Amino acid sequence: MAEWLWWLSWPFLVGGVFFFIAGSIGILRFDDAYSRLHALTKADTLGLGLVVLGLGLQRGDVRQFGVMLLIWLLVIASGATACQLLARYEREQEDARTSADD
Amino acid sequence: MTEWLVDSGLGLALLLLAAATLYAPRLYTSVVFFMGFGLLMAIVWARLGAADLALAEAAIGAGLTGVLLMGALREHPPRTERAPRPRSLLWAALLPLAVLPLLVEAILPLSGGAQPLPAQVDAQLAYSGVSHPVTAVLLNFRSWDTLLELLVVLFALLGTRQLALSSRHPHPPWPLLLAWCRWLAPLAFLLGAYLLWRGAKAPGGAFQAGALWASAIVMLRLNGLLPTVSWRDWRLRLPALLGVTVFVLLAVATWLWGAGWLVWPPGAAKALILLVELAASVGIAITLALLVMGEDRELRP
Amino acid sequence: MSQTLFYLLVGAGLWLLGLHGLLCLRQPLRRIMAVNIMGSGVFMVMLALAVRPDSPDPVLQALIVTGLVVAASATALALRLASADRDRAQKTAEEGE
Repeated sequence: MAEWLWWLSWPFLVGGVFFFIAGSIGILRFDDAYSRLHALTKADTLGLGLVVLGLGLQRGDVRQFGVMLLIWLLVIASGATACQLLARYEREQEDARTSADD
Repeated sequence: MTEWLVDSGLGLALLLLAAATLYAPRLYTSVVFFMGFGLLMAIVWARLGAADLALAEAAIGAGLTGVLLMGALREHPPRTERAPRPRSLLWAALLPLAVLPLLVEAILPLSGGAQPLPAQVDAQLAYSGVSHPVTAVLLNFRSWDTLLELLVVLFALLGTRQLALSSRHPHPPWPLLLAWCRWLAPLAFLLGAYLLWRGAKAPGGAFQAGALWASAIVMLRLNGLLPTVSWRDWRLRLPALLGVTVFVLLAVATWLWGAGWLVWPPGAAKALILLVELAASVGIAITLALLVMGEDRELRP
Repeated sequence: MSQTLFYLLVGAGLWLLGLHGLLCLRQPLRRIMAVNIMGSGVFMVMLALAVRPDSPDPVLQALIVTGLVVAASATALALRLASADRDRAQKTAEEGE
């Protein structure tokens, strides 16, 4: 029982780490703010979610899993909000720049 | 092996972020790096097993100090700044390099060997009224120090007020930010209350709770959800002074009718400590929030 | 090298970096950040000692708890002083014109 859960957890953990690495590379390599935000939130949301799932499977403790899920929810919500706010700020800066050029 | 990898990565990242904070070419970048440094510090502390301190550091080091620095940056956007010349960087490195061996020599023996103080704390813990040693030290064994520290924070606020502290008038908040703040601020209050409540028997306590509450108040104020109140208003003054007042009154009471200045009577120690902690956390929260946000402008002529 | 020793050295390194910044930087905001980094180094040393697995030290932890709050209020006062200084410099510059 525990054996196959342990094996099952690894694809999730590896997937989570993959998304984190991809997100970090994205932040460094993408050149405009929106794509960077996309990379960042993707890593936060999907990567952390997969890691939480994997760790939950390895532990098999319902209470710990619930706590980690709550933390994940908080991270998703704050990530989504921060992303929207930053994108809006960037948009306003762009508008200001274009209107200054006219 | 993996433990060691994580530790060295974290330590190296801390040092790099600190260097980036100091020498980033633009001041704005510098401030952002500093906030990142505070967050990373919190992660390291959580890893070392001090989760409550990590929360307080995240709220204070990254949150409140970050708001302060950003505010200062907006008030006085820096003029073109001369980067320090390479030669002066080299000269300035001489003193730290000279201090380095002294510091290492002082630190190395500390890492081994037990200190006598923890054993003394353990021996007296049963008489302190609480079962968590840190709270016992803060509010029983060394409560005199804690009282003075509350006074230091209060004096910082009074000093800041003498320099024509003006309240910041933020932009009208964006609706999304407002909605998120309505979720996050109550959560921070709840978390602070939880830290305060568990301080008697587990890591947590008045200072951590005060820091979290202060960050919640600052968040609400930045979004215009709390009215600006003048310092003359007793509704602001009373909670800000609450911690120091309760502490001093209890100290005088124990001095006059008890065993001595700040010596809690054995039976009532727990109740008294709880009372002081509650008052102190409210006082710290309000004082820190005022230090960061300022109050209504009424000092300026 | 043990974990405690490693973080002790990181704390010392942060303190020295902050000292170097304090010596060669001129901008007030940067100097305040440099002092804060030195403070963080001290906290790091204290915490590394406080959470040693063989002998945890509540006295040091209590010092950090209060130190954090005091450091934040000192930073607020320092920033306010720097800003007041700028205000005054601007005012005298305007009067001189």
